[in-house]
Amino acid sequence: MNGPAGAGPAERPVVEVRDLSVRMIATKTPIVSGVSFDVAERQTMGLVGESGSGKSTVAVALLGFARRGLEICGGSVRVGDVDVLQLSGDKLRDARGRLVSYVPQDPAAGLNPAHRIGGQLREAFSVHENLDKRELEDQLAELMRAVNLPSTKQFLRSYPHQLSGGQQQRVVIAIAFACRPRLIVLDEPTTGLDVTTQRYILEKINEMAADYGASAVYVSHDLPAVAQVASKTAVMYAGRIVEVASTAKLFGEPRHPYSAGLLKAAPSADETNRLVGIEGRPPRPGHWPSGCSYAPRCPRAQDDCRAEEPLLGPIEGDSLVRCLHPIPLESGAGLALTAAPRPEPLEGTAVQVSELIAGYGSKEILHDVAFGVPRGECTAIVGESGSGKTTLARCLVGLHSNWKGQITLNGQPLRKGAREREHEQLRRMQYIFQNPFGSLNPTMTVIENVEEPLRHFERLSPRDRRRKALDILDTVHLGKDFADILPSSISGGERQRVAVARALVVEPEVLVCDEITSALDVSVQALLIEQLRDLQLQRSLTMVFITHNLAVVRSIAQNAIVLQTGAIVEAGPTERVLDDPQHPYTRQLLEDLPRMEPSGQAAAVG
Amino acid sequence: MEAASISGADAQLKGPALGGRLGRIVAQALRTWRGKVGLGLTLFVVAVAFLGPVLGGTGPLDLKGAPFEAPGHATGALGGDALGRSVLARVLHGGWHLMLIALAATVLAVVVGTAAGVVAAYRGGRVDSLIMRSVDVLLGVPQLVFVLMMLSVIGAKTWLVIVSVGLTQAPQVARVLRAAAQDVSERDYVKAVAAWGVPPRTVIRRHVVPSLLSPLMVESALRLSFSIILVAGLAFLGLGVHPPGADWGVMINENRVGIAANSWGVLAPSILLAALAVGTNMFSDAIARAGLSSARTGDPSLELFAVSATGAGEVVPLQEVPE
Amino acid sequence: MAADPLQVAPVDAVRHTATPSLRRRFSQALATRPILSMVLSRLALGAVTIILIAIIVYVATTVLPGDAATAILGHSATPERVAKLRAELGLDKPLLTRFWHWATNALSLNFGNSLGEAAPATSVGTVASNSVTSLASERIENSAVLVLVSAVISTVLGLLMGVYAAYRRDGFFDTVGSVFSLVASALPEFVVAIFCVLLFSTSVFHWFPAISVLEPGVSILSQPEKLVLPVLALVIVVTPYMFRMTRGAMIEALDSDYVEFARLKGASTARVALRHALPNALAPIIQVVGLNLLFLAGGIVLVETIFTYPGLGLMLVSAINGRNVTEIQYIVILLAVFYVLLNIVSDVCVLIVTPRRRYPR
Repeated sequence: MNGPAGAGPAERPVVEVRDLSVRMIATKTPIVSGVSFDVAERQTMGLVGESGSGKSTVAVALLGFARRGLEICGGSVRVGDVDVLQLSGDKLRDARGRLVSYVPQDPAAGLNPAHRIGGQLREAFSVHENLDKRELEDQLAELMRAVNLPSTKQFLRSYPHQLSGGQQQRVVIAIAFACRPRLIVLDEPTTGLDVTTQRYILEKINEMAADYGASAVYVSHDLPAVAQVASKTAVMYAGRIVEVASTAKLFGEPRHPYSAGLLKAAPSADETNRLVGIEGRPPRPGHWPSGCSYAPRCPRAQDDCRAEEPLLGPIEGDSLVRCLHPIPLESGAGLALTAAPRPEPLEGTAVQVSELIAGYGSKEILHDVAFGVPRGECTAIVGESGSGKTTLARCLVGLHSNWKGQITLNGQPLRKGAREREHEQLRRMQYIFQNPFGSLNPTMTVIENVEEPLRHFERLSPRDRRRKALDILDTVHLGKDFADILPSSISGGERQRVAVARALVVEPEVLVCDEITSALDVSVQALLIEQLRDLQLQRSLTMVFITHNLAVVRSIAQNAIVLQTGAIVEAGPTERVLDDPQHPYTRQLLEDLPRMEPSGQAAAVG
Repeated sequence: MEAASISGADAQLKGPALGGRLGRIVAQALRTWRGKVGLGLTLFVVAVAFLGPVLGGTGPLDLKGAPFEAPGHATGALGGDALGRSVLARVLHGGWHLMLIALAATVLAVVVGTAAGVVAAYRGGRVDSLIMRSVDVLLGVPQLVFVLMMLSVIGAKTWLVIVSVGLTQAPQVARVLRAAAQDVSERDYVKAVAAWGVPPRTVIRRHVVPSLLSPLMVESALRLSFSIILVAGLAFLGLGVHPPGADWGVMINENRVGIAANSWGVLAPSILLAALAVGTNMFSDAIARAGLSSARTGDPSLELFAVSATGAGEVVPLQEVPE
Repeated sequence: MAADPLQVAPVDAVRHTATPSLRRRFSQALATRPILSMVLSRLALGAVTIILIAIIVYVATTVLPGDAATAILGHSATPERVAKLRAELGLDKPLLTRFWHWATNALSLNFGNSLGEAAPATSVGTVASNSVTSLASERIENSAVLVLVSAVISTVLGLLMGVYAAYRRDGFFDTVGSVFSLVASALPEFVVAIFCVLLFSTSVFHWFPAISVLEPGVSILSQPEKLVLPVLALVIVVTPYMFRMTRGAMIEALDSDYVEFARLKGASTARVALRHALPNALAPIIQVVGLNLLFLAGGIVLVETIFTYPGLGLMLVSAINGRNVTEIQYIVILLAVFYVLLNIVSDVCVLIVTPRRRYPR
C-alpha cells in the first residue's frame, strides 16, 4: 500500500506507522485495523476519535504495548531506524521511554500512589541509563526547570496525592521527556483539567517537543485542543483512520462525512448555531458492517458504500480519505450551519436566589450568591472545578441543605431540604445529574425509571402511568423498543435522554441540568443539546444549565453567570458576557479556551 | 471472559421483578463451572441427608456387628463404628438435623445482619456508630469461643445453638451489607428519588434494598457454609445437640479412636461435611462473580471490552464532586 | 505563553495560631501525626470493647441459670452444701459488687482460682486449687508457638503463591491454585486435621504422632515432631485465604494505570511487579494477615482438641466441659485482648504502607 504522504517536508518522516492492527486474543475480533500514518520530525499529529474508536489502543500500540486481552497482530511502527513492533524483551523495554514515550490520560492514576514524586522521576532515567548520582540530580533539575516545577527536596519528597492536577500532569510530562525520546505519545493529556491549566499544558507540550526535538502524537476527543497543538490531524472511526490532512485543511474543509459530522457537532464559543449531532452509534468491535463502517450513519451514503469497503487513499487537495463519496472541495456543504432559534421571552423570574451562603461542615463553598433566572429562558452557570457550581445546583433542588439565604420559586420561598419542601414545589423543579451511568436505577427497566416520579407525584392507574411514560420517551426520541430494557444495555447518550424524560414526565417548569453533557461524546452532546433546545421552545421551560464549557454556554444559554471560587464575578445576557467580558476572570477563561481555528503557532511548528 | 461480557450485554436484559433478577443471577452463576460444581455438591449432600433417613432404612442405633468392623460385613458397606453400629446407616441418618440447624442459624444471621447493616447505612450518625460498635464488640471474640461460652452455661439446646451461631455470624453480614448499602445510598439514582421528597423508608424499600440482592445472596451462601462448619464443629467437640439418631460431627469424634481399624467411620461423615461446605462456598463464589459481571455492565469505569459492548464510552472524569 | 497558573503549594504547612488552647494544640498535634492519633483512638475503642466483652462474659458465665456452685457439686448436692459453697465463692453478693470485685482483680491479672481438678474432691472444705493465670501460662506458651509457627508458614506461602499467581494470571499455577484454594478455604478445620492424621499418621504414612500430648513442664520446642500435624492442619486451612487475598490485591494493582505507565516508561517486568504493584497491594495483604491470626486464635480450639495438644484451646474445651467458670472467663478475656491488640497493630501497619492516609493533603 502507498505510504500516506504527510503534509510535511519531503524528507523521510521520523515516524512511519503502517497497517497497524490490534485484535482481541480470545476471539480474534479486530479492534484496530490497518492504521497507517507518518509524523515528521518535530511535528505534532493529532489523532481524533470518539469513545470506542480505538484511538487509545493505537496510542499504546505505538509503544509495542497492548492492553490485557488484546494483541498487536500486524503492521509496523518505525521510529527513526527502529521498528518498535519487531523488538522484544529488553530491547522493547529499553525502547519504551527512551525511543517512544507515553503520557497517560489521568496523571492522578498514572503516578504510583505508594512512591514519592522524586523516586518516580529518577526512575525515568535509571531504568534506561546508568547515571551517577551527580549527573542524575543535574538532569533532574534541568527537567524540572523545563516543566516549571521546583526541584527542591521538599517537592521531590511529596507524594502524588499532595500535588494539584496540573502539577501531576507536569510531573508525568517530565517523565515522558526525561530520556529525550524521538516520539511522544500523549493520550488525552488534558482531560479533566481546567481551561487555563489545559492551555498551559498544551503550550508546554509544544514548546518541549520543539526544544527536545521530539515528534508527538496527540490522542484526543477534544477537537479544539487538537486544533491548537497539532499541525496534522488524523480522524479515527471504528478502529480505522478515515481521514488524514493538515489540521488547517481538516478543520477548514473536511472531506470525510464523519470528520464533517464531528465538526458540525462541536459547539463554538463564538456563534450560536444549531448543532448537528450524529444519529445512531458507532459499531462495536465484532459488529463492523460490511462496506464502509460509517455508512449506516452517513448522510451521503449510497448503495456502493454498504457493499464495498473504501480504502484510505489520497484525493485532490493533499488529504487522505477513506470514502467512496467524499465531500467535494469548495462545495461549502461540509460545515454549513444554521443559527439557533431563540425562545420567546416570558414575563418574570422563575427562580430567585439571594444572599446564598452554603458549605460543607464549617467550610464555606458559596459566598453570598444572588441571581435571578428569567422565566422561559436558559441560564447557564459557568465555573471551573471548585467553583461551587454543583453545590449551587444542589441547593436549588434541595439535595444540599446546609445553606443560608433565600431561594424562591415563582416568588414562594423554598425550604432547605427536599423533604421539607411542598409537593408542588418539588414537582415544578426537576434536576438532571451529570453522570448518566449513575442516575438511573440499574435494577429497573427504562420505563420503570421514567414512571418512578409519576408514582410519587401523581395518582394514575398503571396503564395511564405507562402511557404517559411512553409518550415522554417518544418526545426524547426513544421508541417503544427502549421501554422494557435495563439501562445497562443502552449507551450513555441514550441514558441521559432517559434521565431527561424522567425529569420531564411530571411536567416541571424549571429544569436544573448539572453538567449533563460532560460525560458524552461531542456527536452525542450535540443531539442532547438540540433536543433540550427544542423541548425548551415547545414547553416554555426555564432551564438552569450548569457547565464548565463556554462553548456549550454559547450554544444553549440566553443568560450566563460566571462563578469563581464560590462567588459570582459576572452575570448578564450570554452575548454580552462572552463578547464583551468585564471581569478579568471571564476574559482569562475566554482567552484560554481552545478554538477550532488552528493556531498559527502550531501550524508553524510542522 | 471478555467475550462472555459482550454477549451478556448484547442480550437485552428484561424485567426487574425480584424473582426474575434472582433467577438471572443464579442462571448466570450456573453458567460457570464453579456454579455447577458448587450447586451439584450441595444438592448431592442435601439429597443424602434428607433422603437418607427414608431410604437408609435400618436403624442407626442398632448394634449389628463388632466395633470398627471392616466394611462389607454385618454392619454394611462402610463397616462398623465404635459400638458396632452401621456406619452407612448412621451416615444416612446423621445429616438432616445438622443442616436444618445450620440453615436456621443462617436465616437468623442474614435477617438480623441485613436489618442492622441497612439501617446503619441509611440512618448514619449515632445509630450507625452504635450498631457498628456493637458489631466490633461481637467480632472481638472468636466465633467458636463465643458459641462455646453460651453453650457452656445454659447447656446444649437446639434453640441456643441456632441463636448463638446466628448471632456470631450476623456482625459479618451487617458489615458487608452496610458497606454495600452505603455505596448504593450514595448513587445518583437514590439521590434523584430523594430530591422528589420521597420518604426514606420508601427509598430504602424501593431503591436501596433491591440493589443489595447480589451481595445478600453471596453473604447468605457464605454464611451457610460457615454455619455448617460451626455447627458440625460443636457436635464434634461434644458440645452440640445430640440428636436421637446420629450426627456427622458426633460420628467423627466417636470414631476417631478407631481410625486405623475402620477409617470410614470418620472418613464418610468428613467427606460429606467437606463436600457440603465446599459446595456452598463455591456456589457463593460463582454468585459473587455473576453479581460482579452484571454490576460491571452498569459501571462507567469499564475496560475496553465492556465499553465497546455497551457503546457507552470513555467517561470524562467528573468535573466537580462536592467534598 | 500563558502565565503559569499553578503555584506550588507548600506540602505540609503546619499552621501556628497565636495563643492556641491546650485542646487545640492537642488536636493539631494529632492532625499532623496520623499514626499516633489512630493508635490513641483505637486504644480507647479497644478498651471500651474489652470492658463490654468482660461484662458479657461475666454475665453469661455467672448470671445465667446453672451457677458455679451447682456445677462443682453436681445436681445431686443438697441445697445447704450449695449455699455454703456459694457463700465461699462470694456468689451470694449482689451482681454489681461481684462484677466490680472480679473486674478490679482481673485488672491486676488476678482471675481467681480454677474451679476444676481438685475442687470436687474437697467437698465443703476449702476449695484447693491453683490460680487460673498460673495454670494457663504454660498453655499460653504452647498455643503461641502453634499460632506463630502456623502464621509465619502460611503468610510466607500464601504471599509467595499469591504474588506468583497474579503475576502469571490465568496461567497453569494460577488456575490450579485458585481451584485448590477455593476448595481448601471451605474445609472445616477438624476435617482437615482428620485427613492429616489419616494420611500422615495412621493409615497411609506413619511419619508423625497422631496426638501431641506433652508432659507438664516440657517445652513443645523440645519435641517439634508433635508440632508438625497441628501446624500442617492450620496452615492448610489458613493459607488459601492468604493466597486469594494476595492474588486479588496484586491483580488489582497490576491492572492499574500506574502499572501500565511504569511498563510504558520501560521498567522491567520484575520491577513493575515488585516495586510498583506490590507496595500498593500491601495494605489489603496486611489486613488478611491480621484476620488470619485472629482466625488461628479461634481455630486452635478444634485443632488442639483433635491432637490433644496442651494449649489454650484444649484448656477452654475442658473448662467448658467441667463448667470451670473462672478458667472460661480468663481464656475468653485473653482472646479478646489478643483480638483487640492485633486489630490495632494491623491497622497501624496498613496506615504505614498507605502514604495517602499517612500524609493528608
